[in-house]
Amino acid sequence: MLQIEIPNEISSKLSIKGVSKHFRSGGRDVHALDHVSLEVSDGEFVCLVGPSGCGKSTLLNIIAGLEQADEGQVLSDGTPIVQPGRDRMMLFQEPALFPWLDVLANVLFSLRLKPGLARKERLEVAKFYLKLVGLEKFEDAFIHELSGGMKQRVALARALAPNPRVLLMDEPFAALDALTREQLYGDLQNIWQKRKKTIIFVTHNVREAACLGDRVVLFSPHPGRIREQFKVDLPRPRDINSVELARYSTTITAALKNRTLEETKETE
Amino acid sequence: MKRTIKVMLFFAGLVAVWQAFYFAHVWSRVLLPSPLSVGRYLWGAALDGTLGSAIVVTLKRLLLGYAAGLALGLPLGLLTARFNLLNDTLGLLALGLQTLPSVCWVPLALLWFGQTEMAMLFVVVMGTLWSVIIATDNGVRNISPTFARAAKTMGSRGLHTWLKVILPAALPFIVTGMKQGWAFAWRSLMAAEIYVTILSGFGLGSLLNDGRELNAMDQVIGIMLVLLFIGLIADKILFSPWERFLRRRWGTAI
Repeated sequence: MLQIEIPNEISSKLSIKGVSKHFRSGGRDVHALDHVSLEVSDGEFVCLVGPSGCGKSTLLNIIAGLEQADEGQVLSDGTPIVQPGRDRMMLFQEPALFPWLDVLANVLFSLRLKPGLARKERLEVAKFYLKLVGLEKFEDAFIHELSGGMKQRVALARALAPNPRVLLMDEPFAALDALTREQLYGDLQNIWQKRKKTIIFVTHNVREAACLGDRVVLFSPHPGRIREQFKVDLPRPRDINSVELARYSTTITAALKNRTLEETKETE
Repeated sequence: MKRTIKVMLFFAGLVAVWQAFYFAHVWSRVLLPSPLSVGRYLWGAALDGTLGSAIVVTLKRLLLGYAAGLALGLPLGLLTARFNLLNDTLGLLALGLQTLPSVCWVPLALLWFGQTEMAMLFVVVMGTLWSVIIATDNGVRNISPTFARAAKTMGSRGLHTWLKVILPAALPFIVTGMKQGWAFAWRSLMAAEIYVTILSGFGLGSLLNDGRELNAMDQVIGIMLVLLFIGLIADKILFSPWERFLRRRWGTAI
């Protein structure tokens, strides 16, 4: 049982309107996103899937406010996003935890930057989230003492602690072993149901997307566009190894393969 | 305990070998004095105060110059990492001057400042400064960019990011640079003290040089032992705590 109840922020609705982005890479112009539009309702779990170079991570960075769109805009509850904000927290493939701080201080890092919290409150909140991710016994540990899965849990606690409305996840489980990953799928779904957030989750892994997402958005590269969307109507918590889920991921993988085939034909 | 005994046996063995060579009369006894006569010299110099005051003079120059070098080098290294223009200019200059053996500053310092303490300080600062700038700059550039991005999404900006994220993240590199800066400062100061006598204070380098001029090998070897000992102590006091900190937090040795 959680001893204290931290009030949860209402999750926000995201509108991505005609977003385009070019950048130069290796002397070539890359058309990362081409007029991408997407509506995400509040509390929805959306997975973005596609091959490398389809612009899904770029879109995530634009929503985070870390990059600017060349054209179009992203609205969070009607307000345009121009810079990073505590209402949108991000998880990266590498946990990006600070090795000079212990686990608790890492979670406190994001809270110290949030105004209006007394020292005692910050400590309570940090411990609450460490407990939520199941690491309350490790608050004094240093980062190098944790396993890969534990590190991502701490990163999740750190991202949840300032109580964001949106959680942006950029392949957070890609570097973990299969067993740890499966466990984290369960935990993430649990946490998402307890602390309802709008989640945008970028991945290469179709099965992972089908397991986690209410909706799977398929991207195609060069230029980055949305090709197809799939609603995943399965009860939660979902098991990555279930037969129903396999059916969804087969359909999505087939669509992904067809697109890739068509594109190679087009370019030939 | 067992380790301490082994260490003591090792050094006792070294002294025994030295003594054996002395007895064997391989070299002239003027060129190779016995361990006992070196000890006798050190004891005498400690009693009449020459050794103590030389150590104070040398350490004062070293610590002052080193502190000044760090105080200048750390912020300059952060600046060269932050601004490309500074990196192209000051960064290149630092790289060039770091390759210059710092004893080469001695003639210039003497002409500029005369035979004064200032000349000594200048040489030590020049020995420290460039390698600290380069190590800090290098450390900041090697930080995973995700650190800064994560900090940004959490609301960290500007000075806060520099002090709370970039500086601590670069710490392993900075400590390595500080160690290197220390080594350069120590070497350049010794060279300067041997090279030139400064009337405001006789350091260990002067004592070493006096030993040569007087053909007093016991003094030469005695002072060298003192220098070696100071180097070891400085490493233990100045850098071991940092290294322990890094090993504990980062989980790696530098």
